[in-house]
Amino acid sequence: MINLTINGLDLSVEEGTTLLEAARFWGFPIPTLCAMEGLSPYGACRLCVVEIGEGKQVKLVSSCTYPAQEGLKIRTASERVLRARKMIIELLLASCPQSKIIQDLASKHNVRQQRFRQEYEDCILCGLCVRMCEEQMMAKAIGFRGRGETRSIGTPFDVRSEVCRLCGGCMYVCPACQLRCTFTEPEKAICGGCANLSPPCVEKPTFDDMMCYMDPCVACEIVKK
Amino acid sequence: MNVEVVHNILHKHQNAQDGLISILEDIQSQFGYLPAEALKIVAGESGKALVDIYGVATFYKSFSLKPRGKHLISVCLGTACHVRNAPVIGQEFERQLGVKAGETTEDWEFTLERVNCLGACALGPIVVVDGHYFSKVNTAKVKQIIDRARRGLDKVEVKTDNRVFPIGVRCPRCNHSLMDSKHLIDGLPSIRVTASYDRMHGRLSLSSLYGSYNVSTEYVVPDNAIVNLFCPHCHAMFSGSSDCTICEAPLIPMIVDGGGMLQVCSRNGCKNHMLDLSGINI
Repeated sequence: MINLTINGLDLSVEEGTTLLEAARFWGFPIPTLCAMEGLSPYGACRLCVVEIGEGKQVKLVSSCTYPAQEGLKIRTASERVLRARKMIIELLLASCPQSKIIQDLASKHNVRQQRFRQEYEDCILCGLCVRMCEEQMMAKAIGFRGRGETRSIGTPFDVRSEVCRLCGGCMYVCPACQLRCTFTEPEKAICGGCANLSPPCVEKPTFDDMMCYMDPCVACEIVKK
Repeated sequence: MNVEVVHNILHKHQNAQDGLISILEDIQSQFGYLPAEALKIVAGESGKALVDIYGVATFYKSFSLKPRGKHLISVCLGTACHVRNAPVIGQEFERQLGVKAGETTEDWEFTLERVNCLGACALGPIVVVDGHYFSKVNTAKVKQIIDRARRGLDKVEVKTDNRVFPIGVRCPRCNHSLMDSKHLIDGLPSIRVTASYDRMHGRLSLSSLYGSYNVSTEYVVPDNAIVNLFCPHCHAMFSGSSDCTICEAPLIPMIVDGGGMLQVCSRNGCKNHMLDLSGINI
């Protein structure tokens, strides 16, 4: 067993666990997008940052890839961690505003706006689907292609892969390609309807006709009443 | 695409168990690009997933999945070249070739591409054509570069290149000179041997300039074929003990006038050669 300190509490975890697993085991919530049980840690989304060390050695690490060490002091929700997390959420919103999961994260962390150039990607390159395909489905039909700005996920040569069984596992795990409540303003990045007391869609008259995947949605409840 | 060529490359790399990048490099140097079929063969032979190979092939900019022209022109647009007017040079290439960067001319002669640094910033603006670096390029030099590339840059310029010097050689068996003053190559007496390939015997004349690869033969020998060479005087077959370090064909030894050994690769098209001057007092 390894003894470590999480948020000031002296705890012990089994050897070989990651900081994320340790924190979750002892009930400290850490948000993640790219970590999933049964898939290898990847450290892509950086949402799971925690602060480790003391004094001058304090640093931020991704808890999903950092192994638990004897005597390690971990803070999962210090001011610096929360600030970093908010920034990451803003960046995620800037690239994939239509994802419900990212929307919910933003609401939960009280991110109400993002200050970057708005894009409408449908992928955050977290690699969940790639790992799902390889590690759980044993297929290796999709993978990363290219690099830098043009990095993308897909099959080789963009044709249907011979090893793909159309299991849909990649779509099931995807945190980005789900639709969200965009109402009539798709360019508006953050709805936050579930967390806002007065959701923006309530005032809109064409509310009845819209496609909405927000469930349960505060706005709908208000209008029904 | 020739499937056999791909299999030969894979065989050379311990049946595709070697590093993937070196395999892909060899395939690209053979075809000029990475054909989809070749990648599938590599995946099948090596047991690696096609996605992984495709990921590597798309990750590195030097790999191309599209067919490229005979000559590849890379214009450097790194910071140092950029501030020395490289974008204008790029535009001049685009204008003269009539293609945009990343495209290939209709006659499949030239592919123009932009690169972001070639690591020779002090020489900028840099243009690389078929592995030959042109430094401090300006727009006036663009036409000249294109013309030289069209003529072939791998041809050795005998008159100006001081790495090239003439040598005389002898048969290692009968010690008879192999120099043939009736048949001139590069303006100098050539090295005359008898070559046999596929039951054909004929004269093979090699340039006596060390560093020049010009040859002339009586019969056409296909590329990559290994030929047996004989002394035209004693008719002994030249055979050495060592193999080519590049293509593993036998190396052919000859005695150099004044001492030393010259070894040339017996594979047609392979340019490997060695001048062994050990044990000579100069």
